Amino acid sequence: MFRIKEKSILHLNVNGEDREVVARPSDILLDTLRNQLALTGAKPGCENGDCGACTVIVDGWPIKSCLMLTAEAVGKKITTVEGLKNAPVQKAFIEKFAFQCGYCTSGFLMACHALAQKHPNPPDYVIDEWLQSNICRCTSYEEIGEAIRVVLSQKQ
Amino acid sequence: MIPFDFEYDRPGTVGEALTVFRQLDAEQKNPMFFGGGTEIISMARMGNVKTGAVVDLKAIPECRVFEYDKDRLLIGSALTLSDLVEAKRFPLLDHTAGRVADHTMQCKITFGGNLASTIIYRETVLPLLLADAVVTVATQGGLRDYKITQIFRERLQLPRGEFIVRASIEKRWLSAPYIHVKKTKNEKVDYPLLTVACLKADDKIRMAFSGLLPYPFRDLQWENLMNDKSLSFPERAEQISALAAPHLLNNLDGSAEFRKFVLNNTLIKVLQTLKGV
Repeated sequence: MFRIKEKSILHLNVNGEDREVVARPSDILLDTLRNQLALTGAKPGCENGDCGACTVIVDGWPIKSCLMLTAEAVGKKITTVEGLKNAPVQKAFIEKFAFQCGYCTSGFLMACHALAQKHPNPPDYVIDEWLQSNICRCTSYEEIGEAIRVVLSQKQ
Repeated sequence: MIPFDFEYDRPGTVGEALTVFRQLDAEQKNPMFFGGGTEIISMARMGNVKTGAVVDLKAIPECRVFEYDKDRLLIGSALTLSDLVEAKRFPLLDHTAGRVADHTMQCKITFGGNLASTIIYRETVLPLLLADAVVTVATQGGLRDYKITQIFRERLQLPRGEFIVRASIEKRWLSAPYIHVKKTKNEKVDYPLLTVACLKADDKIRMAFSGLLPYPFRDLQWENLMNDKSLSFPERAEQISALAAPHLLNNLDGSAEFRKFVLNNTLIKVLQTLKGV
């Protein structure tokens, strides 16, 4: 049984690297990534699971890191936007101007990247369902949709 | 940030989970079983829930099962809603799970967590109510099977320290004609104004609802009206809506009058889609 009773050293696998963090059992993954590992790509937005700005990929699935305990992430593979490193979706976002202020961008990138990995050839309704998890208050939805479709078309 | 400390335990077996919960309870830590954790984390952050320990059930193999056993499909309580949607094994459950919260949340919310939710909608119970699911519960006396209606009346009714391991559904329900309709006030991703799930078998429609009352339910009187061949489709919908009217939720998501209107129209659509009976 895995047990953490108090603030402890935890081992996380982030962006392909094994990292040590010091975390309380009640610490949130978003805070640990930002404050301990200086991975500030995941953004605090609503911190309530509504906006998607903090989305990271955990074992291949997009996850809102504001609703995951750091302790839960032990033993899993975490990818943040810093781990994408010129992924096709990043290039597509630039080419399609799929951002304005940029605050939501890393969350959208992670959702889009996970979608492209899980469903290389999804129907439109699946794209819409996945993208509805993230909010862009600058309303760049049209361009974001174009960007993910460019990436998906390249995969076919 | 959660403004208080608690202990985190991730048992690897059903027995460990029961034991550690009992120990934590004896230590006055007010432990909570932890599935996806979305509700506990968001409520803890707001100060609406306080616990001294969480017992994460996701590493228990029996809670992760998703397979056929003879004539039944076994559905582990620690599967995420995304696991259900992606597997496409029980279409009505897939559709229901696929309309709970948003997609990324579905990657975290567990099946068991949704059933045990304190939020009133608990939509994944609807297919279980319709398909006479059997639910396996971890108790101090071992695993015990219950009919879904024995342990879910308005909400999950389990003694403290017990948890759902899995649900099972007879295979015949997996391919039965079905319809799932979720109506929201405005956005697609929202709590339901009403959700109706229906299965058709033996020329009869079974239906269960969420969002109309402060809990999900299946009502046999409504079903009898729905299947009454002496009435036209609009007459059936109207009589059910009239029965429902005095009890309907009346809140910011929708007035009782509006819910009645939506219910009436939705029932007619259900009858037309399933070709009545």
